[in-house]
Amino acid sequence: MRTIFFLLQKEFIQIFRNKMMLPIIFVMPIIQLLILSYTATFEIKNADIAFVDLSQSRSSRELIAKFKGSPFFTIKGNAFSIKQYDKSMLNGDIDIIIKIPNDFESSLLNGRSTFVQLISDAVNGSAANLMTAYALQILFDFNRNIITETYGKDLMSSQIKILPRYWFNPELNYKTYMVPGILVLLVSLIGAFLSGMNVVREKEIGTIEQLNVTPIKKYQFIIGKLFPFWVIAMVDLIFGLILAKLVFAIPILGSVALILGVAAIYMILVLAFGLFISTITDTQQQAMFIAWFFFVIFIIMSGLFTPVEGMPKWAQIINIINPIAYFIDFMRLVMLKGADFVDVQMQILKITVYAITMLGLSIIRYRKNA
Amino acid sequence: METAVRVVNLVKKFGNFVANDNLNFEVSKGEVFGFLGANGAGKTTAIKILCGLSKPTSGTVQVAGFDAYHQSEKIKQNIGYMSQKFSLYDDLTIKENIRFYGGIYGLSSKFIKQKTDEYITQLQLEQYQKRFVKDLPLGIKQKLAFSVANIHNPSIIFLDEPTSGVDPITRRQFWDLIYAEAHKGKTIFVSTHYMDEAEYCDRITIMVDGKIAALGTPNNLKRDYKANNISEIFLLLARGIKSENH
Repeated sequence: MRTIFFLLQKEFIQIFRNKMMLPIIFVMPIIQLLILSYTATFEIKNADIAFVDLSQSRSSRELIAKFKGSPFFTIKGNAFSIKQYDKSMLNGDIDIIIKIPNDFESSLLNGRSTFVQLISDAVNGSAANLMTAYALQILFDFNRNIITETYGKDLMSSQIKILPRYWFNPELNYKTYMVPGILVLLVSLIGAFLSGMNVVREKEIGTIEQLNVTPIKKYQFIIGKLFPFWVIAMVDLIFGLILAKLVFAIPILGSVALILGVAAIYMILVLAFGLFISTITDTQQQAMFIAWFFFVIFIIMSGLFTPVEGMPKWAQIINIINPIAYFIDFMRLVMLKGADFVDVQMQILKITVYAITMLGLSIIRYRKNA
Repeated sequence: METAVRVVNLVKKFGNFVANDNLNFEVSKGEVFGFLGANGAGKTTAIKILCGLSKPTSGTVQVAGFDAYHQSEKIKQNIGYMSQKFSLYDDLTIKENIRFYGGIYGLSSKFIKQKTDEYITQLQLEQYQKRFVKDLPLGIKQKLAFSVANIHNPSIIFLDEPTSGVDPITRRQFWDLIYAEAHKGKTIFVSTHYMDEAEYCDRITIMVDGKIAALGTPNNLKRDYKANNISEIFLLLARGIKSENH
């Protein structure tokens, strides 16, 4: 116990004496949380739209006016040929083109159906999907008005009516969805990188050898190394949760105690991961690269940006070793759905088993004799 | 006489490379034992095995009566070690370093305090007390590292090239520290590539290419090789083995 005390005392002195440490631990995650939470969005506002209005009629102008009134679109042009937009589409200045045929009004007046062509820049597939969906919604409304005007009653709504309700995030606020995930990401990075780099640093400067000739026990060394960063990561997480609540008004429906309790186990997992990397590398540079190798994969596959359900089967299997995926899942369940212990017991079990495995591996890998 | 270190047929291989080729020697308690050799001769490898930092490939190694294969943690309680890599924390002060190492050796706070005062007086560090170790002159750092390696009063002290890069005056002072510990009955196992330092040792071995090429007191070796100083013997042996190989 006393040995651990001396180790911890030394670590904390070193951490807080390092002038770069405080900004790394506190300022960087806050800036990242603020920036990323505002920018990592799935919403599309102000998509640039252009028209090829061959009809030049009252009806076509009405349709264009509908788009003008929508917050999702900014009208960037009106021309007589799609060709004229080739360059703008290529440059990305225009996201979507709607071509209205010259028989648009005459067909409508005569009760015939007519075709409107919708062309979207699908380089970003999901963005194209969204824009098209917004545009279709407007076209659908327009269509419905015409039918109502023509037949005197709303034929389209007489069949199946759809009343969507978005549970757990009724306003489809992307921040509600992203902030808990981004928070997990930031504390994971802090934990894994700092713990990994710290042990490798002792290798680099040679002090690890001096420690290894002392009768210090493996577990004492590992506790001495992990505990300080565990404390830091937990403080960061608590800080981030407060920020999420105050700045982004993210609801925390579930129990805060449950979040912190599982976070405590999760942080051991992440720190052990960093420690494991430090046992297989000799320099901070190597440790950094190896850590990035894993974390880039973990982050992209975590379900933070794209749903895990949409990934191929093999990718979902790889995700079994993705700690971030487990914790983001857990955090969203508890924060947004108000899941309780019983609801998330499988996630907790997985995180716990994984943490024990990783800690065990790094203890086995860490040798007092090379 | 009691034996502090006993090495029989020690072999250490890294893959195909034989770093220590069948070493045999004994060090008696209270002896100052010099371990000489060029860079890459295998001195550090052997010292690391003796300190329990590395396991031998084969052979018998006993340090302070404990076996290097199975009792390396017991060995660690009884030895002090100062490596050629600087081993104190640059970003801690003198006192913090002493407190840390004293602490992990399980010494009482009172004892650590007493030792700190003792070292500061002995090494004349009063003016440096508040400074970080990184700001100390190299000579003082090395002397402090020696004292810290010694804080738990071990019976054997291993020093791996403790004086490399240090000026001659500080080297002389460093050897005074070594003698002071030897006089207390401690065994000193010191490696160096300064041949003049060999004269300070009770007995020396000269290692060449992983093998022990010579072993004895400095005077006996000089007599046997009809040399004026250890340096001559060293050059003779190093060249001899080189020409044998080619």
